[in-house]
Amino acid sequence: MTILGPLLMAATIVIPIYLATQNTEIKNVAVLDETGIFSEKFKDSDNLKFHYLNSDVHSAKSTFHSSGDYALVYIPKTEVTLPTNVIIYAENTVNINLQSYVKNVMGRHIESLKLQARLHELQTDKNKPVPVDDILRSIKTSIDINTLKIGEDGQESKSYTEINMVLGMFSGILIYFFIFMFGAQVMRGVIEEKTSRIVEVIISSVKPFQLMMGKIIGVGMVGLTQFLLWVVLTFGIVTIVVSMISPKEINKTATEQILKRNEAISPVSADVPIVQESQPQEGANMVIEAIRSVDFPVMIGSFLFFFLVGYLMYAALFAAIGGAVDSESDTQQFMFPITIPLILSIILAQFIIQDPDGAVAFWFSIIPLTSPIVMMIRIPFGVPYLQVILSMLLLLLGFLGTTWLAAKIYRTGILMYGKKVNYRELWKWLKLRE
Amino acid sequence: MDIFTASHISKQFSNHKALDQVSISVPEGSIFGLLGPNGAGKTTLIRIINQIINPDEGELLFYGKKIKPDDIAFIGYLPEERGLYKKMTVGEQALYLAQLKGLSRHESLQRLNLWFEKFEIKAWWNRKVEELSKGMQQKIQFLVTIIHEPKLLIFDEPFSGFDPINANLLKDEILAQKEKGATIIFSTHNMASVEELCDHIALINHSKVVLSGMVREIKKTFKTNTFTISYQGATENLHTLLPGSFQVLDELSDPDLNHAIIKLPDSASPNDLLQLLLPKVSIHALRELVPGMNDIFIQAVTRKPSPEPTLN
Repeated sequence: MTILGPLLMAATIVIPIYLATQNTEIKNVAVLDETGIFSEKFKDSDNLKFHYLNSDVHSAKSTFHSSGDYALVYIPKTEVTLPTNVIIYAENTVNINLQSYVKNVMGRHIESLKLQARLHELQTDKNKPVPVDDILRSIKTSIDINTLKIGEDGQESKSYTEINMVLGMFSGILIYFFIFMFGAQVMRGVIEEKTSRIVEVIISSVKPFQLMMGKIIGVGMVGLTQFLLWVVLTFGIVTIVVSMISPKEINKTATEQILKRNEAISPVSADVPIVQESQPQEGANMVIEAIRSVDFPVMIGSFLFFFLVGYLMYAALFAAIGGAVDSESDTQQFMFPITIPLILSIILAQFIIQDPDGAVAFWFSIIPLTSPIVMMIRIPFGVPYLQVILSMLLLLLGFLGTTWLAAKIYRTGILMYGKKVNYRELWKWLKLRE
Repeated sequence: MDIFTASHISKQFSNHKALDQVSISVPEGSIFGLLGPNGAGKTTLIRIINQIINPDEGELLFYGKKIKPDDIAFIGYLPEERGLYKKMTVGEQALYLAQLKGLSRHESLQRLNLWFEKFEIKAWWNRKVEELSKGMQQKIQFLVTIIHEPKLLIFDEPFSGFDPINANLLKDEILAQKEKGATIIFSTHNMASVEELCDHIALINHSKVVLSGMVREIKKTFKTNTFTISYQGATENLHTLLPGSFQVLDELSDPDLNHAIIKLPDSASPNDLLQLLLPKVSIHALRELVPGMNDIFIQAVTRKPSPEPTLN
């Protein structure tokens, strides 16, 4: 433990750092700029490679899937105003890096255009003093990005990266807490049974394995009940609130909607160079639509699965620790390695949110120890079914594995008192035949 | 017939051998004492009998047939280290433990009611276990051990921690169970209880059985033909009244009587002693000194003869 401890601690720190410096895969992004203002403005970076299209938007969209591009950035033509609307099409959620880059590039360029216009304006009237603050304030631009998912069949639906991030983090953290809380409860229960010696009475009527599983399943049901209560209550409250502020039904495709908004803005005056912007979407509406866009059945279904099986897997380990020690203070040395994967998952969360389809995200959502948390973080962003199923299968196997391990340690440990248990001792117990 | 037999049970733990070819036979309806110093292997044997751990070799027979997991319905076990869930209420816990033994909920409630009344503890039904004193908890533990009316009762150090009143209660209950036809095995250090209760015993020392059989028979083998005699009116010393083969081990005089411990030679009988003394003194009492289980225990374990008995 003296050696293992620092090693594990170092790993928790080094792995995220290493991953942060890793180059993620290159993403190809197609740009269709109807305004012509931004040609060659999007520069290639380490993970984004831009290429410019000349076609019209419809054919660009229909060839998108076969093009192998990660995303299609579409800047629609504007009649009167400077373009501050952009639509990004992608198969799944667009990651935050691309969005912020596009926002940045477009915003800066528009601001510089506005600045040019204002300076031009000032030049015609050399007598006036230069109102610097005024100018700076007036050129501030906010770019309105709309992200849309294009399905295989061409169906469009809005995707909300922000809410997916929130949802992902939230469910990941929720699972983390649940596993910790209820796993520790199992461990405490086992230790209590040992110290109060009730285990000696019960063990004459049931097999140790039955006692262990009974406890794990019992605590799990408590946790499940609690979670379901939360879900039902939260759902109820949200539904009530949403129905009170409900927006009108959406008939047109999302693209048409945005374009329509664009055209609705009326010009201020024909002389003044174009400095007006198109209206951003109303805040409240967006949040409500964002919530509606989430695929709740899939979310809740997978949450239940990963929570339950993830909990079962970890609870078995917690039960084993409880059986091996005599009091809570002895549990420290064993708790540490078990909590490392959980903590690592949370630390990695920030990377996974930025790159939900990357290699890091993929591997950690498959390995049983980290998958409950990491997979749940990925799911709001959309994960291929095959990956989810693979992860679930491996998690089930993980659960079976830890239960088998725990049963061996538990059955020997619960009747043993006073022995200072370390890893070598545990190994011996594992080898004892039934 | 024997309700239970263990033949050639051996068990090795990682660094010491707990049981070495241990065999015991427990006749049905008897009270069987399992004796031995601490660490001899008694608790291990008891755990093996209860199928909590498995022996390395040897066989266990219950009613003549190999013991199987279902048999626990007929066995009641009260472990030495016993406990209860502290935060649970008494009634709820008793119900749970009774049902664990295979009784239906209805049946459990009925029987528990009867027993709680008998032990006069009905008031505790809704109290939390942690509120009770140790003696009270032990009553409850004893209760749930016998509630399913098992044929074989196994107690590991049942008297440890009991005050004299509760110890007496327990003793009476054990005898009552025997009346009902149950067989009882218990391990103990309390030799007084062995004297009062046991028909058969087995003494284990260093993982082996060193002594076993009916208590009556064992005592006989340890008898040394020694008697105490109380008398009056001796004009001469006892030594002169008796032949040399009759050893006077101790003498004591109180204001009313004289007492002596006399060891007879193997060939002599108490009548011989009386015949020798009757003409000379007035005899008030003659009693054989039968070795107590305490002495037998010590003798068998230390393999040293007991120190000579004294009057006091």
